[in-house]
Amino acid sequence: MKALLETLISPGSFDIIINIGFIFGKIVIVVSVVMLAVALAPYFERKVIGHMQVRMGPMRVGPHGILQPIADALKLFFKEDIIPAESDKVIFFIAPVITMFGAMTSLAVIPWWKSFAVADINIGILFIFAMSSVGAYGIVMAGWASNSKFSFLGGLRASAQIISYEVAMGMSLVGVMLLSGSLNLSEIAAAQAGEGLFFFKNWYIFPQIIAAGVFFLSMLAETNRTPFDMPEAESELVAGYFTEYSGFRFSLFFVGEYIAMFVMAAIGVICFLGGWSGPGPSIVPLQLLWFVLKLCFVMFLFFWIRATVPRYRYDQLMAIGWKVLIPLALLNIVITATLKII
Amino acid sequence: MITLPVFFFLYHALVIVGLSLVTVSRRNPVHSVLFMLIIFFHIASLYLFLNAEFIAAIQIIVYAGAILVLFLFVVFLLDLRAEEHADKYSMSQPAGAVLALSLFAVLASTMRGFVLGPHGIYGIEKITEMTHTKAIGTVLYTKYLFPFEVASVVLLVAIVGAITLAKRHTKS
Repeated sequence: MKALLETLISPGSFDIIINIGFIFGKIVIVVSVVMLAVALAPYFERKVIGHMQVRMGPMRVGPHGILQPIADALKLFFKEDIIPAESDKVIFFIAPVITMFGAMTSLAVIPWWKSFAVADINIGILFIFAMSSVGAYGIVMAGWASNSKFSFLGGLRASAQIISYEVAMGMSLVGVMLLSGSLNLSEIAAAQAGEGLFFFKNWYIFPQIIAAGVFFLSMLAETNRTPFDMPEAESELVAGYFTEYSGFRFSLFFVGEYIAMFVMAAIGVICFLGGWSGPGPSIVPLQLLWFVLKLCFVMFLFFWIRATVPRYRYDQLMAIGWKVLIPLALLNIVITATLKII
Repeated sequence: MITLPVFFFLYHALVIVGLSLVTVSRRNPVHSVLFMLIIFFHIASLYLFLNAEFIAAIQIIVYAGAILVLFLFVVFLLDLRAEEHADKYSMSQPAGAVLALSLFAVLASTMRGFVLGPHGIYGIEKITEMTHTKAIGTVLYTKYLFPFEVASVVLLVAIVGAITLAKRHTKS
């Protein structure tokens, strides 16, 4: 025990403490910015869908409804917290936390600009897959612990869907890993950097167009968005796995889902749209600007699809995943690997 | 002599052993599965401690992300209410205890025979330089290519077998 204490107060440990403080600072910045974005994303979504359907969207709270997110958050905070009778209380309580945890830890490896990621690790892509599979536990546990038929069916659907599409998604990114020769998200983004007028010529969306398509579809399914939002199909399952959740616990699921969308959009941007690369000099504010603009574009695609496409049937969803997307992704791996060797 | 690495290892070892006991002693199988999830995370953390980042990620993706979810599906098919009122231990519990304890004794007696093996070429410096994923890939596809391919053929046989069994049921 004495040796342990000595290690803790030795001169070198001061650097470690500084380092840990630095990492904490990064975490606070990233989490607060993302939480702000998550508060604004539903407003953006309602506005986009509203205008696509020739409506105005939220207009009442503040100018053009800009304060709507604050009103929604206040409402959720003060709502009564209802816990179903005969539910498994402990699991009911921790399920939304697990979902949030899975989504938020993924934020750690995303490079926002050239040298800024909370954790610049060598297995960035694998880390995100691992954490998104952890998030699936929150969903399936919520469905089971609620002790309700709708929740249970929603939870089962969600977990089957997430497991199936994770395979397609993982395989679609293998092509990108082959081209860049790395699993590190910063290195993948750096490999696509370009200069001048044709700054986008190195983006992997061109050589990896099949993979980009497969990734985009599996991204929608992974985050339970339309047209693959079977787990929360309101006409069949009320609200799916979070039917029994109310108030703040519900908002944890809600926030977790939007963070997961952000993470998936960020992966799409980093792996196919060049990450922080863009026209103009390679300085930090511009890099961040390009990254955020691309992120907003992919988020807009999410909303666009939601306003346009009807929901698939569950068996169709599984057929698309296993019989179309996975073979396509495998084909893409074979083509990319062959071209790379030649 | 408790240095930081030893402390780290002790924590993980104790948690893994303790949670394993908790896992097998729960009445509710869903709780068992959740405790197993925590164990998997600690095992992944141990791999990270050994600079084996690729294996740590695969540990979570494959075991926590796929196999344990399969366990959950199977558990959901059980009648949990009947399960909770059933006897915690089956009739053969004394025999099982004797067997387990004697196995533990045998294993513990061989502990003294442990000899630290020689260090391979993949030390920490080399792993950090070429990244763990690349190191594993290189070894797997050169030195151990044949066993690797044999393993994949065995897995293929299992897949084909499972599909054949499922198909036979749908036809009849």
